[in-house]
Amino acid sequence: MTLLAVERIKLLSTRSPWWCALVALVVTAGFTALVVGNADEQFPATVATTQFGYSFGLAVIMVLAALAVTTEYRFGTIRTTFQAIPHRGSALLAKTTVIAALALVIGEITAFVCWGLSMLLQPNADLALNSTADWINVAGVGVVYAISAVIAAAVGILVRHSAGAISLLMIYSLAVESLVQLIPSIGDDIYEWLPFNVANKFLMGDGGSNSGRAADAGMPLSTSPLSPGWALAYFAGFAAVLLAIAITTAKKRDA
Amino acid sequence: MIEAQGLTKRYGKTLAVDDLSFSVTPGKVTGFLGPNGAGKSTTMRMILGLDNPTAGQVRIGGKRYHELHHPLRTVGALLDAKWVHPNRSARAHLAWMAKSNKISPRRVDEVLETVGLSAVANKRAGGFSLGMSQRLGIAAALLGDPEVLLFDEPVNGLDPEGILWIRKFMHRLAEEGRTVFVSSHLLSEMALTASELVVIGKGKLISQSSTDDFVARASENSVKVRSPQLDVLRDALTRASATVAAADDGVVVSGLDIAKIGEIAMDNGVVLHELSPQRGSLEQAFMQITGDSVEYHADLEAEARQALAPTAN
Repeated sequence: MTLLAVERIKLLSTRSPWWCALVALVVTAGFTALVVGNADEQFPATVATTQFGYSFGLAVIMVLAALAVTTEYRFGTIRTTFQAIPHRGSALLAKTTVIAALALVIGEITAFVCWGLSMLLQPNADLALNSTADWINVAGVGVVYAISAVIAAAVGILVRHSAGAISLLMIYSLAVESLVQLIPSIGDDIYEWLPFNVANKFLMGDGGSNSGRAADAGMPLSTSPLSPGWALAYFAGFAAVLLAIAITTAKKRDA
Repeated sequence: MIEAQGLTKRYGKTLAVDDLSFSVTPGKVTGFLGPNGAGKSTTMRMILGLDNPTAGQVRIGGKRYHELHHPLRTVGALLDAKWVHPNRSARAHLAWMAKSNKISPRRVDEVLETVGLSAVANKRAGGFSLGMSQRLGIAAALLGDPEVLLFDEPVNGLDPEGILWIRKFMHRLAEEGRTVFVSSHLLSEMALTASELVVIGKGKLISQSSTDDFVARASENSVKVRSPQLDVLRDALTRASATVAAADDGVVVSGLDIAKIGEIAMDNGVVLHELSPQRGSLEQAFMQITGDSVEYHADLEAEARQALAPTAN
Protein backbone atom coordinates (compact mmCIF):
# COMPACT_ATOMS: atom_id res chain seq x y z
CA MET A 1 0.00 0.00 0.00
CA THR A 2 2.85 2.35 0.85
CA LEU A 3 4.34 1.91 -2.59
CA LEU A 4 0.99 2.63 -4.25
CA ALA A 5 0.71 5.83 -2.21
CA VAL A 6 4.25 6.79 -3.26
CA GLU A 7 3.45 6.35 -6.93
CA ARG A 8 0.16 8.18 -6.53
CA ILE A 9 1.99 11.21 -5.08
CA LYS A 10 4.51 11.05 -7.90
CA LEU A 11 1.96 10.72 -10.69
CA LEU A 12 -0.44 13.37 -9.46
CA SER A 13 2.15 15.95 -8.38
CA THR A 14 2.99 16.76 -12.00
CA ARG A 15 0.68 18.37 -14.47
CA SER A 16 0.91 16.04 -17.46
CA PRO A 17 -1.60 13.41 -16.21
CA TRP A 18 -4.23 16.10 -15.72
CA TRP A 19 -3.65 17.47 -19.19
CA CYS A 20 -3.70 14.00 -20.73
CA ALA A 21 -6.95 13.17 -18.93
CA LEU A 22 -8.53 16.37 -20.17
CA VAL A 23 -7.31 15.84 -23.74
CA ALA A 24 -8.55 12.22 -23.74
CA LEU A 25 -11.97 13.37 -22.63
CA VAL A 26 -12.26 16.33 -25.00
CA VAL A 27 -10.96 14.50 -28.07
CA THR A 28 -13.13 11.43 -27.55
CA ALA A 29 -16.25 13.39 -26.64
CA GLY A 30 -15.71 15.79 -29.54
CA PHE A 31 -15.42 12.96 -32.01
CA THR A 32 -18.48 11.23 -30.56
CA ALA A 33 -20.47 14.46 -30.84
CA LEU A 34 -19.55 14.76 -34.51
CA VAL A 35 -20.51 11.17 -35.28
CA VAL A 36 -23.67 10.96 -33.20
CA GLY A 37 -24.76 14.51 -33.97
CA ASN A 38 -24.69 13.75 -37.69
CA ALA A 39 -26.39 10.35 -37.46
CA ASP A 40 -29.23 9.78 -39.91
CA GLU A 41 -31.47 6.93 -41.08
CA GLN A 42 -28.67 5.34 -43.04
CA PHE A 43 -26.23 5.62 -40.11
CA PRO A 44 -28.40 5.57 -36.99
CA ALA A 45 -27.01 6.27 -33.54
CA THR A 46 -26.47 3.10 -31.52
CA VAL A 47 -24.68 2.31 -28.28
CA ALA A 48 -21.69 1.21 -30.36
CA THR A 49 -21.68 4.55 -32.17
CA THR A 50 -21.43 6.44 -28.88
CA GLN A 51 -18.08 4.73 -28.23
CA PHE A 52 -16.85 5.21 -31.79
CA GLY A 53 -14.10 7.58 -30.72
CA TYR A 54 -12.60 5.47 -27.93
CA SER A 55 -9.38 4.78 -29.81
CA PHE A 56 -8.57 8.52 -29.85
CA GLY A 57 -8.68 8.63 -26.07
CA LEU A 58 -6.77 5.34 -26.01
CA ALA A 59 -3.85 6.92 -27.85
CA VAL A 60 -3.72 9.74 -25.31
CA ILE A 61 -3.86 7.29 -22.41
CA MET A 62 -0.95 5.33 -23.80
CA VAL A 63 1.05 8.54 -24.13
CA LEU A 64 0.24 9.35 -20.48
CA ALA A 65 1.27 5.89 -19.30
CA ALA A 66 4.48 5.82 -21.31
CA LEU A 67 5.41 9.34 -20.17
CA ALA A 68 4.78 8.48 -16.52
CA VAL A 69 7.62 5.96 -16.84
CA THR A 70 9.96 7.60 -19.35
CA THR A 71 10.04 10.99 -17.61
CA GLU A 72 11.40 9.17 -14.56
CA TYR A 73 14.28 7.99 -16.71
CA ARG A 74 14.58 11.35 -18.43
CA PHE A 75 14.90 13.27 -15.16
CA GLY A 76 16.81 10.62 -13.22
CA THR A 77 14.09 10.23 -10.60
CA ILE A 78 13.98 6.51 -11.37
CA ARG A 79 17.36 6.28 -9.66
CA THR A 80 16.02 8.09 -6.62
CA THR A 81 13.09 5.68 -6.72
CA PHE A 82 15.35 2.61 -6.80
CA GLN A 83 17.46 4.18 -4.05
CA ALA A 84 14.36 4.51 -1.87
CA ILE A 85 12.94 1.15 -2.96
CA PRO A 86 15.79 -1.18 -3.97
CA HIS A 87 13.29 -3.93 -4.85
CA ARG A 88 12.73 -2.70 -8.34
CA GLY A 89 10.02 -5.25 -9.13
CA SER A 90 7.72 -3.94 -6.40
CA ALA A 91 8.46 -0.33 -7.27
CA LEU A 92 7.66 -0.79 -10.96
CA LEU A 93 4.62 -2.97 -10.27
CA ALA A 94 3.22 -0.30 -7.93
CA LYS A 95 3.89 2.36 -10.54
CA THR A 96 2.12 0.38 -13.27
CA THR A 97 -0.85 -0.34 -10.98
CA VAL A 98 -1.34 3.35 -10.21
CA ILE A 99 -1.09 4.30 -13.89
CA ALA A 100 -3.60 1.56 -14.82
CA ALA A 101 -6.00 2.69 -12.07
CA LEU A 102 -5.87 6.26 -13.36
CA ALA A 103 -6.46 5.01 -16.92
CA LEU A 104 -9.46 3.01 -15.71
CA VAL A 105 -10.99 6.08 -14.09
CA ILE A 106 -10.35 8.29 -17.12
CA GLY A 107 -11.74 5.55 -19.40
CA GLU A 108 -14.97 5.15 -17.44
CA ILE A 109 -15.53 8.89 -17.22
CA THR A 110 -14.84 9.30 -20.94
CA ALA A 111 -17.10 6.40 -21.95
CA PHE A 112 -20.06 7.52 -19.88
CA VAL A 113 -19.62 11.18 -20.82
CA CYS A 114 -19.69 10.14 -24.50
CA TRP A 115 -22.77 8.01 -23.94
CA GLY A 116 -24.54 10.76 -21.98
CA LEU A 117 -23.63 13.32 -24.63
CA SER A 118 -25.10 11.07 -27.29
CA MET A 119 -28.36 10.76 -25.31
CA LEU A 120 -28.58 14.54 -25.31
CA LEU A 121 -27.82 14.86 -29.01
CA GLN A 122 -30.16 12.05 -30.14
CA PRO A 123 -32.91 11.84 -27.52
CA ASN A 124 -35.07 9.72 -29.82
CA ALA A 125 -32.45 7.07 -30.59
CA ASP A 126 -32.43 3.81 -28.64
CA LEU A 127 -29.28 4.29 -26.60
CA ALA A 128 -30.41 2.59 -23.38
CA LEU A 129 -27.97 0.08 -21.96
CA ASN A 130 -30.25 -2.94 -21.95
CA SER A 131 -28.00 -5.86 -22.77
CA THR A 132 -24.68 -7.26 -21.59
CA ALA A 133 -23.19 -6.31 -24.93
CA ASP A 134 -24.32 -2.70 -24.44
CA TRP A 135 -22.83 -2.54 -20.96
CA ILE A 136 -19.52 -4.08 -22.05
CA ASN A 137 -19.29 -1.67 -24.94
CA VAL A 138 -19.53 1.35 -22.65
CA ALA A 139 -18.12 0.22 -19.30
CA GLY A 140 -15.46 -1.93 -20.97
CA VAL A 141 -13.69 1.13 -22.37
CA GLY A 142 -12.12 1.89 -19.00
CA VAL A 143 -10.88 -1.68 -18.73
CA VAL A 144 -9.30 -1.53 -22.18
CA TYR A 145 -7.71 1.81 -21.27
CA ALA A 146 -6.27 0.30 -18.07
CA ILE A 147 -4.78 -2.73 -19.82
CA SER A 148 -3.42 -0.56 -22.64
CA ALA A 149 -1.83 1.65 -19.99
CA VAL A 150 -0.03 -1.42 -18.64
CA ILE A 151 1.25 -2.18 -22.15
CA ALA A 152 2.40 1.41 -22.59
CA ALA A 153 4.10 1.45 -19.18
CA ALA A 154 5.90 -1.81 -19.99
CA VAL A 155 7.11 -0.37 -23.30
CA GLY A 156 8.19 2.76 -21.41
CA ILE A 157 10.25 0.66 -18.98
CA LEU A 158 11.87 -1.24 -21.84
CA VAL A 159 12.58 1.72 -24.14
CA ARG A 160 13.23 4.40 -21.45
CA HIS A 161 13.10 7.31 -23.94
CA SER A 162 9.87 9.28 -24.29
CA ALA A 163 10.04 9.84 -28.03
CA GLY A 164 11.01 6.25 -28.77
CA ALA A 165 8.38 4.68 -26.54
CA ILE A 166 5.57 6.94 -27.74
CA SER A 167 6.33 6.57 -31.43
CA LEU A 168 6.59 2.80 -31.05
CA LEU A 169 3.22 2.64 -29.29
CA MET A 170 1.47 5.02 -31.67
CA ILE A 171 2.83 3.52 -34.85
CA TYR A 172 2.00 0.04 -33.67
CA SER A 173 -1.51 0.66 -32.39
CA LEU A 174 -2.60 3.10 -35.07
CA ALA A 175 -0.89 1.68 -38.15
CA VAL A 176 1.02 -1.57 -37.89
CA GLU A 177 -1.86 -3.73 -36.66
CA SER A 178 -4.16 -2.82 -39.51
CA LEU A 179 -1.38 -2.91 -42.09
CA VAL A 180 -0.61 -6.52 -41.15
CA GLN A 181 -3.86 -7.44 -42.91
CA LEU A 182 -2.27 -6.47 -46.20
CA ILE A 183 0.23 -9.32 -46.03
CA PRO A 184 -1.00 -11.84 -48.62
CA SER A 185 -2.65 -15.07 -47.42
CA ILE A 186 -1.35 -15.10 -43.81
CA GLY A 187 -2.02 -11.42 -43.00
CA ASP A 188 -5.60 -11.96 -41.82
CA ASP A 189 -4.63 -14.98 -39.74
CA ILE A 190 -1.97 -12.98 -37.93
CA TYR A 191 -4.27 -9.99 -37.50
CA GLU A 192 -6.84 -12.14 -35.70
CA TRP A 193 -4.39 -12.51 -32.82
CA LEU A 194 -2.97 -8.99 -32.57
CA PRO A 195 -3.74 -7.46 -29.16
CA PHE A 196 -5.62 -4.27 -30.04
CA ASN A 197 -7.79 -6.13 -32.54
CA VAL A 198 -8.58 -8.67 -29.82
CA ALA A 199 -9.34 -5.83 -27.36
CA ASN A 200 -11.84 -4.52 -29.88
CA LYS A 201 -13.52 -7.93 -29.88
CA PHE A 202 -14.02 -7.63 -26.13
CA LEU A 203 -15.71 -4.24 -26.54
CA MET A 204 -17.80 -4.86 -29.65
CA GLY A 205 -18.37 -8.59 -29.45
CA ASP A 206 -20.35 -9.71 -32.50
CA GLY A 207 -22.00 -6.36 -32.90
CA GLY A 208 -24.77 -6.79 -30.31
CA SER A 209 -24.40 -3.20 -29.16
CA ASN A 210 -24.94 -2.04 -32.72
CA SER A 211 -28.60 -3.08 -32.33
CA GLY A 212 -29.72 -4.24 -35.70
CA ARG A 213 -27.70 -1.76 -37.64
CA ALA A 214 -26.03 -3.08 -40.77
CA ALA A 215 -22.59 -4.31 -39.78
CA ASP A 216 -20.88 -2.61 -42.69
CA ALA A 217 -22.33 0.76 -41.72
CA GLY A 218 -20.68 0.98 -38.29
CA MET A 219 -17.29 0.59 -36.87
CA PRO A 220 -15.71 -2.52 -38.37
CA LEU A 221 -16.08 -5.49 -36.04
CA SER A 222 -13.05 -7.35 -34.75
CA THR A 223 -11.95 -10.39 -36.72
CA SER A 224 -10.82 -12.20 -33.56
CA PRO A 225 -12.33 -15.71 -33.19
CA LEU A 226 -12.35 -15.43 -29.37
CA SER A 227 -15.44 -14.81 -27.27
CA PRO A 228 -15.52 -11.35 -25.60
CA GLY A 229 -14.52 -12.94 -22.26
CA TRP A 230 -11.56 -14.79 -23.70
CA ALA A 231 -10.65 -11.74 -25.75
CA LEU A 232 -10.31 -9.76 -22.50
CA ALA A 233 -8.25 -12.53 -20.93
CA TYR A 234 -5.99 -12.67 -23.99
CA PHE A 235 -5.47 -8.89 -24.03
CA ALA A 236 -4.78 -8.79 -20.30
CA GLY A 237 -2.43 -11.77 -20.61
CA PHE A 238 -0.51 -10.03 -23.38
CA ALA A 239 -0.08 -6.95 -21.15
CA ALA A 240 0.99 -9.08 -18.18
CA VAL A 241 3.65 -10.91 -20.21
CA LEU A 242 4.99 -7.64 -21.60
CA LEU A 243 5.15 -6.14 -18.10
CA ALA A 244 6.92 -9.22 -16.73
CA ILE A 245 9.55 -8.95 -19.48
CA ALA A 246 9.97 -5.22 -18.79
CA ILE A 247 10.39 -5.69 -15.03
CA THR A 248 12.85 -8.57 -15.46
CA THR A 249 14.89 -6.40 -17.81
CA ALA A 250 14.81 -3.42 -15.44
CA LYS A 251 16.02 -5.60 -12.55
CA LYS A 252 19.08 -6.78 -14.45
CA ARG A 253 19.94 -3.42 -15.93
CA ASP A 254 22.01 -0.64 -14.39
CA ALA A 255 19.59 2.09 -13.40
CA MET B 1 30.84 2.40 7.64
CA ILE B 2 31.30 1.60 3.96
CA GLU B 3 33.50 -1.29 2.87
CA ALA B 4 34.32 -2.04 -0.75
CA GLN B 5 36.08 -5.25 -1.66
CA GLY B 6 37.50 -5.94 -5.08
CA LEU B 7 34.82 -3.74 -6.63
CA THR B 8 34.98 -3.99 -10.42
CA LYS B 9 32.77 -2.56 -13.13
CA ARG B 10 33.25 -3.25 -16.79
CA TYR B 11 31.34 -1.53 -19.60
CA GLY B 12 32.08 -3.56 -22.70
CA LYS B 13 35.82 -3.20 -23.17
CA THR B 14 36.34 -0.34 -20.72
CA LEU B 15 37.15 -1.14 -17.14
CA ALA B 16 35.52 1.75 -15.29
CA VAL B 17 36.35 0.48 -11.82
CA ASP B 18 39.16 -2.01 -11.37
CA ASP B 19 39.44 -4.19 -8.25
CA LEU B 20 38.79 -1.30 -5.89
CA SER B 21 38.97 -1.94 -2.14
CA PHE B 22 38.65 0.75 0.51
CA SER B 23 36.78 1.52 3.68
CA VAL B 24 35.11 4.66 4.94
CA THR B 25 34.79 5.09 8.70
CA PRO B 26 32.25 7.07 10.72
CA GLY B 27 32.93 10.37 12.48
CA LYS B 28 34.95 12.03 9.77
CA VAL B 29 34.64 13.34 6.27
CA THR B 30 36.31 11.01 3.79
CA GLY B 31 37.15 12.47 0.42
CA PHE B 32 36.88 10.40 -2.73
CA LEU B 33 39.36 11.98 -5.05
CA GLY B 34 40.17 11.30 -8.65
CA PRO B 35 40.37 13.02 -12.02
CA ASN B 36 37.25 13.23 -14.17
CA GLY B 37 36.39 9.81 -15.54
CA ALA B 38 38.28 7.95 -12.81
CA GLY B 39 35.20 5.95 -11.83
CA LYS B 40 34.02 7.92 -8.80
CA SER B 41 30.38 8.21 -9.84
CA THR B 42 30.25 4.59 -10.98
CA THR B 43 31.58 3.52 -7.58
CA MET B 44 28.98 5.66 -5.82
CA ARG B 45 26.21 4.15 -7.96
CA MET B 46 27.44 0.67 -7.06
CA ILE B 47 27.40 1.56 -3.35
CA LEU B 48 23.73 2.50 -3.79
CA GLY B 49 22.88 -0.67 -5.69
CA LEU B 50 21.99 1.29 -8.83
CA ASP B 51 24.70 -0.32 -10.94
CA ASN B 52 25.57 -3.98 -10.53
CA PRO B 53 29.29 -4.61 -9.99
CA THR B 54 30.91 -6.96 -12.50
CA ALA B 55 32.86 -8.43 -9.58
CA GLY B 56 33.41 -7.70 -5.92
CA GLN B 57 30.98 -6.15 -3.53
CA VAL B 58 30.35 -3.17 -1.34
CA ARG B 59 28.71 -3.28 2.08
CA ILE B 60 27.19 -0.58 4.24
CA GLY B 61 27.37 -1.43 7.92
CA GLY B 62 27.87 -5.04 6.88
CA LYS B 63 24.85 -5.19 4.60
CA ARG B 64 24.46 -4.92 0.88
CA TYR B 65 22.30 -1.99 -0.23
CA HIS B 66 19.28 -4.03 -1.29
CA GLU B 67 19.30 -5.85 2.05
CA LEU B 68 18.70 -2.59 3.91
CA HIS B 69 15.21 -2.13 5.30
CA HIS B 70 13.98 1.36 4.42
CA PRO B 71 17.39 2.26 2.95
CA LEU B 72 16.86 6.04 3.04
CA ARG B 73 17.03 5.79 6.84
CA THR B 74 20.52 4.28 6.66
CA VAL B 75 22.06 5.88 3.59
CA GLY B 76 21.40 9.35 2.25
CA ALA B 77 22.89 10.31 -1.06
CA LEU B 78 23.21 13.25 -3.38
CA LEU B 79 24.51 11.92 -6.69
CA ASP B 80 23.03 14.47 -9.06
CA ALA B 81 21.10 17.55 -7.98
CA LYS B 82 19.20 17.51 -11.27
CA TRP B 83 17.49 14.19 -10.49
CA VAL B 84 14.21 15.94 -9.75
CA HIS B 85 11.12 16.22 -11.91
CA PRO B 86 11.17 19.88 -13.00
CA ASN B 87 7.40 20.27 -12.65
CA ARG B 88 7.20 18.80 -9.19
CA SER B 89 7.46 21.05 -6.15
CA ALA B 90 10.35 20.62 -3.73
CA ARG B 91 7.90 19.54 -1.05
CA ALA B 92 6.20 16.95 -3.28
CA HIS B 93 9.61 15.57 -4.26
CA LEU B 94 10.53 15.03 -0.62
CA ALA B 95 7.01 13.89 0.28
CA TRP B 96 7.08 10.83 -1.96
CA MET B 97 10.57 9.93 -0.80
CA ALA B 98 9.48 10.21 2.84
CA LYS B 99 6.39 8.13 2.18
CA SER B 100 8.41 5.38 0.50
CA ASN B 101 10.51 4.78 3.63
CA LYS B 102 7.77 5.50 6.18
CA ILE B 103 9.43 8.73 7.29
CA SER B 104 7.10 11.17 9.04
CA PRO B 105 5.79 13.97 6.76
CA ARG B 106 6.90 16.45 9.43
CA ARG B 107 10.49 15.52 8.61
CA VAL B 108 10.01 17.01 5.13
CA ASP B 109 9.48 20.47 6.56
CA GLU B 110 12.36 19.94 8.98
CA VAL B 111 14.91 19.19 6.26
CA LEU B 112 13.58 21.99 4.07
CA GLU B 113 14.17 24.30 7.03
CA THR B 114 17.69 22.88 7.57
CA VAL B 115 18.77 23.64 4.01
CA GLY B 116 16.90 26.95 3.93
CA LEU B 117 14.34 26.12 1.26
CA SER B 118 11.16 26.55 3.31
CA ALA B 119 10.21 29.70 1.43
CA VAL B 120 10.27 27.98 -1.96
CA ALA B 121 8.97 24.57 -0.83
CA ASN B 122 5.90 24.74 -3.05
CA LYS B 123 7.67 26.13 -6.09
CA ARG B 124 8.48 23.83 -8.99
CA ALA B 125 11.99 22.40 -8.73
CA GLY B 126 12.67 23.08 -12.42
CA GLY B 127 12.94 26.78 -11.66
CA PHE B 128 15.60 26.33 -9.00
CA SER B 129 19.12 27.66 -9.42
CA LEU B 130 21.98 25.16 -9.22
CA GLY B 131 22.65 26.15 -5.62
CA MET B 132 19.01 25.63 -4.67
CA SER B 133 18.94 22.27 -6.47
CA GLN B 134 22.01 21.20 -4.53
CA ARG B 135 20.28 22.20 -1.31
CA LEU B 136 17.20 20.23 -2.28
CA GLY B 137 19.44 17.25 -3.03
CA ILE B 138 21.03 17.59 0.40
CA ALA B 139 17.59 17.85 1.99
CA ALA B 140 16.67 14.59 0.24
CA ALA B 141 19.86 12.96 1.50
CA LEU B 142 19.12 14.05 5.08
CA LEU B 143 15.47 13.03 4.97
CA GLY B 144 15.87 9.68 6.69
CA ASP B 145 18.37 11.01 9.25
CA PRO B 146 20.89 8.46 7.89
CA GLU B 147 24.17 7.33 9.44
CA VAL B 148 25.88 7.19 6.08
CA LEU B 149 25.95 10.07 3.61
CA LEU B 150 27.28 10.08 0.06
CA PHE B 151 27.81 13.23 -1.96
CA ASP B 152 29.03 13.20 -5.55
CA GLU B 153 30.80 16.44 -6.50
CA PRO B 154 28.54 18.52 -4.25
CA VAL B 155 30.31 21.84 -4.81
CA ASN B 156 30.44 21.65 -8.60
CA GLY B 157 29.24 24.90 -10.07
CA LEU B 158 28.48 26.52 -6.74
CA ASP B 159 29.42 30.07 -5.78
CA PRO B 160 31.95 30.56 -2.95
CA GLU B 161 29.19 31.11 -0.41
CA GLY B 162 27.52 27.85 -1.40
CA ILE B 163 30.84 25.99 -1.28
CA LEU B 164 31.53 27.28 2.23
CA TRP B 165 28.02 26.33 3.35
CA ILE B 166 28.39 22.77 2.06
CA ARG B 167 31.87 22.40 3.55
CA LYS B 168 30.66 23.46 7.01
CA PHE B 169 27.65 21.26 6.63
CA MET B 170 29.76 18.16 5.96
CA HIS B 171 31.92 18.88 8.95
CA ARG B 172 28.84 19.15 11.12
CA LEU B 173 27.48 15.84 9.83
CA ALA B 174 30.79 14.13 10.56
CA GLU B 175 30.95 15.66 14.02
CA GLU B 176 27.55 14.12 14.71
CA GLY B 177 29.28 10.77 14.21
CA ARG B 178 28.03 10.01 10.72
CA THR B 179 29.97 8.45 7.89
CA VAL B 180 30.44 11.12 5.23
CA PHE B 181 31.85 10.13 1.85
CA VAL B 182 32.27 12.95 -0.62
CA SER B 183 33.76 12.83 -4.09
CA SER B 184 35.60 15.56 -5.91
CA HIS B 185 38.16 16.04 -8.64
CA LEU B 186 39.65 19.03 -6.83
CA LEU B 187 42.33 18.25 -4.27
CA SER B 188 42.32 21.82 -2.97
CA GLU B 189 38.65 21.45 -2.12
CA MET B 190 39.19 18.07 -0.49
CA ALA B 191 42.14 19.36 1.53
CA LEU B 192 39.72 21.76 3.21
CA THR B 193 36.80 19.38 3.56
CA ALA B 194 38.11 15.89 4.16
CA SER B 195 40.38 14.46 6.83
CA GLU B 196 40.70 11.09 5.06
CA LEU B 197 41.27 10.54 1.38
CA VAL B 198 40.53 7.64 -0.94
CA VAL B 199 42.31 8.49 -4.17
CA ILE B 200 41.57 6.68 -7.41
CA GLY B 201 42.72 7.01 -10.98
CA LYS B 202 41.41 5.09 -13.98
CA GLY B 203 39.29 2.97 -11.67
CA LYS B 204 42.22 1.77 -9.55
CA LEU B 205 42.99 2.67 -5.95
CA ILE B 206 46.02 4.96 -5.76
CA SER B 207 46.04 5.52 -2.04
CA GLN B 208 43.98 5.60 1.10
CA SER B 209 45.48 7.77 3.82
CA SER B 210 44.86 10.86 5.88
CA THR B 211 44.67 14.05 3.87
CA ASP B 212 47.77 15.50 5.58
CA ASP B 213 49.83 12.44 4.69
CA PHE B 214 48.66 12.53 1.13
CA VAL B 215 49.43 16.20 0.72
CA ALA B 216 52.87 15.86 2.36
CA ARG B 217 53.72 12.87 0.24
CA ALA B 218 52.38 14.52 -2.86
CA SER B 219 54.01 17.91 -2.73
CA GLU B 220 57.71 17.43 -3.21
CA ASN B 221 59.28 20.03 -0.92
CA SER B 222 61.58 22.48 -2.60
CA VAL B 223 63.45 25.52 -1.38
CA LYS B 224 63.93 28.83 -3.06
CA VAL B 225 67.38 30.37 -2.67
CA ARG B 226 68.56 33.85 -3.67
CA SER B 227 72.18 34.84 -3.30
CA PRO B 228 74.71 37.23 -4.91
CA GLN B 229 77.13 34.25 -5.11
CA LEU B 230 74.76 31.94 -6.85
CA ASP B 231 77.40 30.18 -9.00
CA VAL B 232 79.45 29.04 -5.98
CA LEU B 233 76.35 27.87 -4.18
CA ARG B 234 74.98 26.04 -7.21
CA ASP B 235 78.18 23.97 -7.52
CA ALA B 236 78.23 23.20 -3.82
CA LEU B 237 74.59 22.10 -3.85
CA THR B 238 75.03 19.98 -6.95
CA ARG B 239 77.96 18.24 -5.25
CA ALA B 240 75.61 17.50 -2.34
CA SER B 241 73.42 15.75 -4.96
CA ALA B 242 70.57 18.27 -4.86
CA THR B 243 68.63 19.23 -7.95
CA VAL B 244 69.03 22.88 -8.77
CA ALA B 245 66.77 24.70 -11.19
CA ALA B 246 66.94 28.34 -12.18
CA ALA B 247 64.04 30.52 -11.08
CA ASP B 248 63.46 34.21 -11.89
CA ASP B 249 66.11 35.80 -9.65
CA GLY B 250 67.46 32.77 -7.82
CA VAL B 251 67.33 28.98 -7.85
CA VAL B 252 64.87 26.37 -6.67
CA VAL B 253 66.54 23.50 -4.87
CA SER B 254 64.89 20.17 -4.38
CA GLY B 255 66.04 16.90 -2.85
CA LEU B 256 67.73 18.61 0.06
CA ASP B 257 66.56 19.66 3.51
CA ILE B 258 66.26 23.43 4.06
CA ALA B 259 68.59 23.30 7.11
CA LYS B 260 71.19 21.41 5.10
CA ILE B 261 71.10 24.06 2.37
CA GLY B 262 71.78 26.76 4.96
CA GLU B 263 74.71 24.77 6.36
CA ILE B 264 76.20 24.25 2.89
CA ALA B 265 75.95 28.01 2.24
CA MET B 266 77.66 28.71 5.56
CA ASP B 267 80.46 26.20 4.85
CA ASN B 268 81.12 27.86 1.52
CA GLY B 269 80.89 31.36 2.92
CA VAL B 270 77.97 32.24 0.66
CA VAL B 271 75.73 35.17 1.55
CA LEU B 272 72.03 34.33 1.35
CA HIS B 273 69.32 36.84 0.46
CA GLU B 274 66.51 34.36 0.66
CA LEU B 275 66.00 30.85 1.86
CA SER B 276 62.32 29.92 1.77
CA PRO B 277 60.40 26.65 1.58
CA GLN B 278 58.17 26.28 -1.47
CA ARG B 279 55.03 24.22 -1.01
CA GLY B 280 54.11 22.73 -4.35
CA SER B 281 50.52 23.52 -5.12
CA LEU B 282 48.07 20.82 -4.26
CA GLU B 283 46.95 20.64 -7.85
CA GLN B 284 50.50 19.94 -8.97
CA ALA B 285 50.84 17.29 -6.31
CA PHE B 286 47.65 15.66 -7.40
CA MET B 287 48.74 15.72 -11.02
CA GLN B 288 52.02 14.10 -10.03
CA ILE B 289 50.38 11.24 -8.23
CA THR B 290 47.49 10.60 -10.56
CA GLY B 291 49.40 11.69 -13.63
CA ASP B 292 49.85 8.21 -15.01
CA SER B 293 46.25 7.35 -14.58
CA VAL B 294 44.53 10.24 -16.25
CA GLU B 295 42.34 8.93 -19.03
CA TYR B 296 43.06 11.55 -21.67
CA HIS B 297 46.83 11.33 -21.30
CA ALA B 298 46.67 7.79 -22.53
CA ASP B 299 44.45 8.84 -25.40
CA LEU B 300 46.81 11.62 -26.42
CA GLU B 301 49.78 9.31 -26.29
CA ALA B 302 48.07 6.72 -28.40
CA GLU B 303 47.04 9.39 -30.86
CA ALA B 304 50.57 10.74 -31.07
CA ARG B 305 51.96 7.28 -31.64
CA GLN B 306 49.46 6.72 -34.40
CA ALA B 307 50.34 10.00 -36.07
CA LEU B 308 54.08 9.31 -35.84
CA ALA B 309 53.96 5.67 -36.85
CA PRO B 310 55.37 5.06 -40.32
CA THR B 311 52.72 3.86 -42.71
CA ALA B 312 53.33 0.17 -42.49
CA ASN B 313 51.95 -2.13 -45.15
